[in-house]
Amino acid sequence: MPHVVSSFEDLFFTKREGSMIKIESLRIELPGFVLKDVELSIQDGEFFTLLGPTGAGKTLVLESIAGVAPITSGRIWVKGRDITHLPPEQRGIGIVYQDYALFPHLSVLENITYGLRYQKADPQASKKWVRALIEQLGLEPLVRRSVRYLSGGEKQRVSLVRALAVNPSVLLLDEPLSALDPNFREDIRDVLKKLHQEVKITFLMVTHDFADTLFLGQRTAILNRGKIEQVGSVSDVFERPATPFVAEFVGMKNVFPASFEGTKAIVDGLELRLEMPPGDRKSYVAIRSEDIIISKDRISENGMNVVQGKIADIIDRGLFHEVTLKTGKVAFKSMLSKRDLFSLNLSEKKDVYIAIRSSNIHTF
Amino acid sequence: MKDKKRIDPFFWIAIFSTVTVVIFILFPLIEMVVQPSFQDLKETIQDPDVVRSIWLSIYTAGMAGLISFIIGTPFAYLLARKEFPGKKLVESIVDLPIMIPHPVVGIAILGLAGKNHWLGQIMQQVGIHIMGTVTGIVTVLTFVGLPFYINTVKTGFEAIPVRLENVSRSLGASLTKTFFRVTFPLAWRAMLVGIIMCCARAISEFGAVVIVAYHPMIAPVMIYERFTAYGLKYSQPVAVWLIVVCLMLFLLLRIFSLPKEKEA
Repeated sequence: MPHVVSSFEDLFFTKREGSMIKIESLRIELPGFVLKDVELSIQDGEFFTLLGPTGAGKTLVLESIAGVAPITSGRIWVKGRDITHLPPEQRGIGIVYQDYALFPHLSVLENITYGLRYQKADPQASKKWVRALIEQLGLEPLVRRSVRYLSGGEKQRVSLVRALAVNPSVLLLDEPLSALDPNFREDIRDVLKKLHQEVKITFLMVTHDFADTLFLGQRTAILNRGKIEQVGSVSDVFERPATPFVAEFVGMKNVFPASFEGTKAIVDGLELRLEMPPGDRKSYVAIRSEDIIISKDRISENGMNVVQGKIADIIDRGLFHEVTLKTGKVAFKSMLSKRDLFSLNLSEKKDVYIAIRSSNIHTF
Repeated sequence: MKDKKRIDPFFWIAIFSTVTVVIFILFPLIEMVVQPSFQDLKETIQDPDVVRSIWLSIYTAGMAGLISFIIGTPFAYLLARKEFPGKKLVESIVDLPIMIPHPVVGIAILGLAGKNHWLGQIMQQVGIHIMGTVTGIVTVLTFVGLPFYINTVKTGFEAIPVRLENVSRSLGASLTKTFFRVTFPLAWRAMLVGIIMCCARAISEFGAVVIVAYHPMIAPVMIYERFTAYGLKYSQPVAVWLIVVCLMLFLLLRIFSLPKEKEA
């Protein structure tokens, strides 16, 4: 991809400090759904993701920032300005939808330049900026075309350029990758990452895919049933989930209620040694399935919890096998590749050793 | 799975019902068009009274369509986009003119326009007369045609994703500008179809018009008058001309409102 106007920033941005978006006890009541007391603070220039399953209320948070969803109570600040009651056109916030929402009666170029006439900025600078964006996303060959015949990936590029053309202070992305074919998905994901690095605009993306968050996000908030369960850096949430829901959502298949004694966790009678004493008010342990080691021979206990168990179940999940191991009343889930399964010669009801590194046991 | 090719009896029922309905509608109309002699048709269209009444029918129906377009469009948009308490009630009110017997519509409107009603008194002072005037005809035709316009256009608006409007607003366009730059260009076909529906309903109106204005005579009233005064033979040619002219007009509008091949 050709490198664009070396000085995007010089053209349009002065360094801003502090929080770009601040949401205070946002509440939205709809028939059959309530978004409860959402508190969020998103830093200037950040790539923030709002993560959660379908129906968690993610899009509603996004649309309330854009000003197109009815707010029951709460306040929203952008760049230190209370925008709670501003009409959408005065907020300076861009939005990109999963279904692109391109104007079907306009050409690619007409879509991209749709908002320019409402811009207060110098028209020459705007033109330069838009040309740079078009070049950056490789859209020049398409500008005269009707948007009807573009591929999904092309449509999403047009939608991105259209939103960025008016130089918004925040870009909202509503599941921008969900409707795309797998090959376009990765492409647009790269585009998003690169764009964010270049344009230095705050990106707030809604997604249900933790993989997208890992690749793109700097910080994330996990939303479940209209409530935020955890906010933090992506690695923090990934490694130290705060609730059973988040633990399962980030792929921890083994989440158990536990009691704690010193550096020990007791799960249904099974004692597990921890790396260090857990802090106060912890009541769960969580272990990733890839951190559960299966062995036919007893391995040394150096930093490991090693217990005897039995294979209860093996399910073929396509790319890997999910193996359920029972020891006492506790059932662990582990992942094995086909090759490992074969070389270990595992089958149901076989006795094995289960090893879990103390440092891989998370408490919350 | 053995007799894969066995056709379900419902297929034959559907075929039978389709044929019945098509014949039921077309047969009387075709017969009526075919029965008058060419000479009759030629004489009829040379009669200035006939030409005037057909023209008046088209003019008043067209006015009803235009008025529906002007006052019905924002209302249809509201119904398509907003949820509000009592929306179902408002929607049923819109449908009322479809259900009310036609002479009742005429009587209801005359009741307002008469000297005994304050509205009628005001209207007469301003110089608006309903009884026996073109204004009166247009009023009742708008009354009966409006629901057809509103319902059609409401459906048209509903078919436009609200997200397009959201994006337009986020790009800086106000609600009004969004309507004219996004919603209207995408909905004008629905509006044209709505106008056609409204005009078609208005052109076929007889019961309400005959109460409000026997004169000036619109085509359906003339057809009725010729039928009662001279019989079938004299009313048919006028009816044929009305049908022909209307069909041509609607066909034209319809072709105009179809999406171009390229955009489909």
